[in-house]
Amino acid sequence: MDFGFTTAAYVVAAVLFILSLGGLSGQESAKRAVWYGISGMALAVAATLIGPGAGLWLLSLILIAAGGLIGYQLATKVQMTQMPELVAAMHSLVGLAAVFVGFIAHFELVRVLQMLSELAPSLSESGKLLMLEEQGVDGFAALLAHKSPVEQSILRVELFLGIFIGAVTFTGSVIAYGKLAGRVSSKAEKLPGGHALNAIAAAISVLCLFWYFNTGGLLPLALMTLAALFIGYHLIMGIGGADMPVVVSMLNSYSGWAAAAIGFSLGNDLLIVVGALVGSSGAILSYIMCKAMNRSFVSVILGGFGGTSGPQMAVEGEQVAIDADGVAAALEDADSVIIIPGYGMAVAQAQQSVSELTKRLRAKGKTVRFAIHPVAGRLPGHMNVLLAEAKVPYDIVLEMDEINEDFPTTDVAIVIGSNDIVNPAAQEDPNSPIAGMPVLECWKAKQVFVSKRGQGTGYSGIENPLFFKENTRMFYGDAKKSLDELLTKIT
Amino acid sequence: MKIGAPRETIDGENRVAMTPASARDLQKLGHSCVVEAGAGEKAGFSDALYAQAGVEVVKTAAALWKAADVVVKVRPPSDAEVKRLTEGQTLISFFNPGANEKLMAQAAAKGASVIAMEMVPRISRAQKMDALSSMANIAGYRAVIEAGNNFGRFFTGQVTAAGKVPPAKVLVVGAGVAGLAAIGTATSLGAITYAFDVRPEVAEQVESMGAQFVYLDFDGGQQDGAATGGYAAPSSPEFREAQLKKFREIAPEMDIVITTALIPNREAPELWTPDMVAAMKPGSVIIDLAAEKGGNCKLTVMDERIVTDNGVIIIGYTDFPSRMAAQASTLYSTNIRHMLTDLTPAKDGVVVHNMEDDVIRGATVTHAGAVTYPPPPPKVQAIAVQKKEKPKELTPQEKRDREVAAFKAQTRNQVGLLAIGAAVLLGIGLVAPASFMQHFIVFVLSVFIGFQVIWNVSHSLHTPLMAVTNAISSIIILGALMQIGSGSFLVIVLAALAVFMTGINIFGGFLVTRRMLAMFQKS
Repeated sequence: MDFGFTTAAYVVAAVLFILSLGGLSGQESAKRAVWYGISGMALAVAATLIGPGAGLWLLSLILIAAGGLIGYQLATKVQMTQMPELVAAMHSLVGLAAVFVGFIAHFELVRVLQMLSELAPSLSESGKLLMLEEQGVDGFAALLAHKSPVEQSILRVELFLGIFIGAVTFTGSVIAYGKLAGRVSSKAEKLPGGHALNAIAAAISVLCLFWYFNTGGLLPLALMTLAALFIGYHLIMGIGGADMPVVVSMLNSYSGWAAAAIGFSLGNDLLIVVGALVGSSGAILSYIMCKAMNRSFVSVILGGFGGTSGPQMAVEGEQVAIDADGVAAALEDADSVIIIPGYGMAVAQAQQSVSELTKRLRAKGKTVRFAIHPVAGRLPGHMNVLLAEAKVPYDIVLEMDEINEDFPTTDVAIVIGSNDIVNPAAQEDPNSPIAGMPVLECWKAKQVFVSKRGQGTGYSGIENPLFFKENTRMFYGDAKKSLDELLTKIT
Repeated sequence: MKIGAPRETIDGENRVAMTPASARDLQKLGHSCVVEAGAGEKAGFSDALYAQAGVEVVKTAAALWKAADVVVKVRPPSDAEVKRLTEGQTLISFFNPGANEKLMAQAAAKGASVIAMEMVPRISRAQKMDALSSMANIAGYRAVIEAGNNFGRFFTGQVTAAGKVPPAKVLVVGAGVAGLAAIGTATSLGAITYAFDVRPEVAEQVESMGAQFVYLDFDGGQQDGAATGGYAAPSSPEFREAQLKKFREIAPEMDIVITTALIPNREAPELWTPDMVAAMKPGSVIIDLAAEKGGNCKLTVMDERIVTDNGVIIIGYTDFPSRMAAQASTLYSTNIRHMLTDLTPAKDGVVVHNMEDDVIRGATVTHAGAVTYPPPPPKVQAIAVQKKEKPKELTPQEKRDREVAAFKAQTRNQVGLLAIGAAVLLGIGLVAPASFMQHFIVFVLSVFIGFQVIWNVSHSLHTPLMAVTNAISSIIILGALMQIGSGSFLVIVLAALAVFMTGINIFGGFLVTRRMLAMFQKS
């Protein structure tokens, strides 16, 4: 097949990818959108396989099939609550692939340049190319050979960037996976030296860039890769678990930019288009998350909460406990109920019980709705996915801005395993570390029940005055067990 | 500690300060409980029920007062009961300390601590022991029921085959707890309800209960309830005039008038004058909840139902809570229990009379041999001072101006960004070779499309979005596929690895997305 066909296929694939992302604006169209994405990918791979430059396509097909088999296994076996980990783990694959592809580009460039220099200097440009083709140089290498010296320099910068971002994405995603899966401590931890280490590693990378730009040697490239791997590791280690939604979408963005950079070095427009789409999508998601937490992106990335001045407000009062009977009685009397799920629901795998509770309450003619804070859980939209898994209808699952005004007219608000996102200190205490963060104003409901494992503070370690309010009752215990007990009281 | 509830000695008092349920809770605090035989009889709690709850039942009041370390009661103690107090004993009940100085002095002389339930400060932490509110709530409800009992017509307006019935018109004067409860009950029975209060800020609460607030033609001098702990204070003569004028105007229309106006430690203000009563239709009912303090209507006779010459029924009962003794006892005993919870901070059955605590200090009228009434003002303000500033209503012109300004700012912003972006692009174009620019333009356009598209993605689909972009980002497989056929063994191995990993990602990513989306369903 000739080049024109591949290009045409790429254009179609690019359009399909854009439609695929655009289709996610609604639940119904999203189902169609995935098929756009799948056919776009299939088209792109097929066109590349039969297009110019590709070889060993039998091996390629076998590898894709083998990878696909593993991917299929992973995707069908994974629990919905482990989704964040899976997404993070898969980002690391993209990052590593970007590093490999970048290195290959480097090797090929070196090889082609060497061949060129071995040829007789008397030959004209086109003569040289002919000679190369006779020596069996085709595909990607041939493309490289066409480049002028300036283009080769740019190519170096591009593949350098591709490898750098890919390496950061790789280790970063591995650490993010470890944190989300609970294999690495989710606390923000830094090596002694803190951000200075990151800065040094970054400086080394910049030096390597100039070095590589001038010499084209393997050593600066390898050195930079090590530095980038370290940055990825150390940067994510320094970010607390509560910020993981931002981190995952940020890594998502990185994997996109890595693909785009590689696309530049390979001169492949489809890689550039898709890389840019993924990159900008991840960036916007990170921005939305940060805004929802009222934090600047920089402070999330640099880890830890920003410094506050003055002591935090002391919390007065007591936490009043309640048992399942009390909650059941209040729910019987209530007309409108709002449920606020958080990470605790995911940890306890309580979504099925929540769904059952919802079903029973709705059967009694009560209004039951869900209020989802943008940063609830460990992944953007985490709660929506869990609730959807438990077959909670999505039209009663509302986001913060839609439902916040309704709390004063609500009889009962049930907080299941969330803490910071319902912390009134964000509004009342200017010295609170989360001051100014938009929160769900559940304390305005007539009665609030908080399902919580114990009296400790939440993920962020901030005292929550909600638990001490007059209309708040603490429903202690593991979320799933508590809800199951509650279900026995409500028929 | 042993907590005991005697039988109420005053005639017609049916309530009891401890129920079997509250006794169970008290025992959880480490206390033991004792009641006088027959204490809960009139409220529907038999001695057997108490015994079942693990409460010791003693035959006589004397035995009870002797056995109990803490005596809980409803009504203020009689002279005889005060005499029974002993050194170190605690009495928790209503006490009316403002008018009971002699009893207070006697109790102090005995060395007993007395906690007066009506003195619990009105701060939000103490709401759970605010017995005045829980009793007022019952009184308000019962007042409407009592009025309905005496009123010869429906509350709801009805059009029937047998003729048309106009709806009853109910006026509630004083929108405190009792007033609001009365409003709620009257509206839910179907009456047209009006309400008045000297504190204009309660208009909102009144309207939230479904009644219309009666506004006066009077400006200035309206009081701010926050300064007096949420209670009403005496009003100025001018204000009173305006108020009476308004009442005179609406009196002939009203079928039922429920007055609840009380000012702490004062005689009830006269709000419903004899000429208003005279203007009312025969068969109308007035329920005067302030009868105990002299009544808001001077014709009211305490504890009696009278009928005026023009056929208006005036009810001056003071025992509304007692008329619903079971309910009232349940609520009151819970208030008492909360008070004891605060008095037993360690839940070990040991009463700690902490005079530093605002609530306990406020309610205590005698302690350690001294009269401690009146208490100092609580450290916590009862009700936050309301901010009066309302956002100014914008005129259409102002709104338009603002929109235009916002639009201009947006335009400026966009044009600025575009200009900068274009300048950067052009700058790069000056130095970079054409082949690079070609790709670069594709890149910039894609970023732009990405931004436009992603903003529309709904919040709930962010996780699927991540999974899909993750799957799509394995497009990097194209790079590996292009390279796999060229060059050395090392290249082939690296490329093969890359193809393999991205293969996992493509299938895994799309499948996971599909699984997620398949779960979203409409109700």
